Amino acid sequence: MTLALAAPLGLPARRLASLGWASSLASAVCVLIVLVAVFAPWIVPHDPNAVDPLNAYAGFSAAHPLGTDDLGRDLLSRLIAGSRTSPAGPLLVILLSGVAGTALAVSAAWIGGWFDAAVSRVLDILFAFPGLVLAITVTALFGAGFVAPVVALSLAYVPILARVMRAAALRERALPYVEALRVQGFSGWHICRRHLLPNLAPLLVVQAAISFGYAMIDLASISFLGLGLQPPAADWGLMIANGQPSILAGFPQQSIAAAAAVVVTVVAFTVVAERMAAR
Amino acid sequence: MIGFVGRKLAGMLGTVLVASFVIYGALYLAPGDPASLLAGGHEMTPQALAAIRAQYHLDDPFLVQYWRWLSGVLTGHLGDSLVFREPVGQLIGARLLTTVVLVAYASILILGVGVLSGIVAAVGGRIADAAVTVTTTVLMAAPAFVAAIVLIWIFATKLSWFPVYGSGTGFGDRIHHLTLPALALSAGYLAYVSRITRAEVRASFGSEHAVAARARGIRRGLVLRRHVLRNAAGPVLAVSGITVAGLFAGTAIAEQAFGVSGLGSLLVQSAARQDLVVVQVLALLLVVAFVVVNMLVDVANALLDPRLLRSGEGG
Repeated sequence: MTLALAAPLGLPARRLASLGWASSLASAVCVLIVLVAVFAPWIVPHDPNAVDPLNAYAGFSAAHPLGTDDLGRDLLSRLIAGSRTSPAGPLLVILLSGVAGTALAVSAAWIGGWFDAAVSRVLDILFAFPGLVLAITVTALFGAGFVAPVVALSLAYVPILARVMRAAALRERALPYVEALRVQGFSGWHICRRHLLPNLAPLLVVQAAISFGYAMIDLASISFLGLGLQPPAADWGLMIANGQPSILAGFPQQSIAAAAAVVVTVVAFTVVAERMAAR
Repeated sequence: MIGFVGRKLAGMLGTVLVASFVIYGALYLAPGDPASLLAGGHEMTPQALAAIRAQYHLDDPFLVQYWRWLSGVLTGHLGDSLVFREPVGQLIGARLLTTVVLVAYASILILGVGVLSGIVAAVGGRIADAAVTVTTTVLMAAPAFVAAIVLIWIFATKLSWFPVYGSGTGFGDRIHHLTLPALALSAGYLAYVSRITRAEVRASFGSEHAVAARARGIRRGLVLRRHVLRNAAGPVLAVSGITVAGLFAGTAIAEQAFGVSGLGSLLVQSAARQDLVVVQVLALLLVVAFVVVNMLVDVANALLDPRLLRSGEGG
């Protein structure tokens, strides 16, 4: 299972979603994160990449609410700048894998027969590659950076989304309205595009929203390993890794703050997604 | 049973074969000359590149190359790393034990602590249940790298019970060094298995045969052992198996975070330096480990619950 790495997230989120106040809080956090990301360039108190070696490892103060890192860069500003870069990758992953997975699933369910069998077999084989291993292998070929891990993870997420969508498309295809349209002489392409896909869209949105949290953890892991965005990018996963030597020196702020940002974002988005799924 | 195992084995071999083809073929999807890729991005003279072409037989047709690579891997001739300047077999051999011990350690934590805490939460009363539930909720939200950071923070600056860096030498020292990596690796999975165990044991305790056994006056402990746990074992084993299979990929994070020299950190380091000879072999090894563990879990499940042998007919 490709998601195994992050699979533990599903349950507490579902549990929390049953509590009203928790999901309201999670929605509020999601809105806040989106607002911060949209207005990031205007609300950062300092330039996130401004180096000030004389002021390295500053503690909490009015000028630097979260202190500064090993190069004297303002941590709050870097966290805010990271709210743009860090969720961008996972967003792309779910878009790419959502489109590819749905296209594969709907065509497999519609055409059926040998095509369906072949698609299912390919998906099974893709499942044997743990997402992280696939992403690391692809970065070895194409070099570290933003593109390679995103493409690799999109590939790893295709079977996960495609399996769910294929089952749903098969169910949908068996409904009487599809046969009715066919009898009226509409083409398969028309029925899929105008009727099947709109009916599958809500499920796709929910599945993609749930996958977003997993994709975010996977991409943050890759950044943490140094195979994603490269310094001096303000990316949460990268900040966690770069702050690690400072922990031993007694300055854990950078790693802890960035780790908290990842966990809060993932939990908030997952709770909201589970809430949507429960409806 | 033999037919069941045979089918699983055949499916597994097919998957591994296709995976090996994809892993080797990916070299030709990458931009640039395979010879300079194999050199790991080093600046090479044309003579040196020609030597690499000859050494890796890059002028042969693709299928011949693939076959040579695959048969080499199967017979233990893994090639030489051009970045580490060492045979790949030696690189892997020196690190294999550490990673296997790490995965075994994490598996024992997941199965031991996860299952036990799940059972305690299910039958140990309200306070135990609340304590386990709160702890697992926190642990489940923490990915491996976050768990690693928090453990390093606690054990490097506040407590010094465990070393936060290196792999150690000798068995006892190695276990001592691998404690924190194993904890970071297993934290999320452990909580997940604990949750599943709690839910399964509860459901099983409430089922009719368990209630009937209790009503006949059989002791609670005996009902738990004989009737409840056996029924709960199947789903718990299935989930644990998936998590243990996932551990192999997770070693990359745990080893890298704690500076442990194992296969996971070797994969990350050789990927960062684009050492494709090493990456290909390691990726194949990790896929094999993943697939083999998954198969063992399927077989173990079938042994526990022979009904699966019949329903497994289709797959």
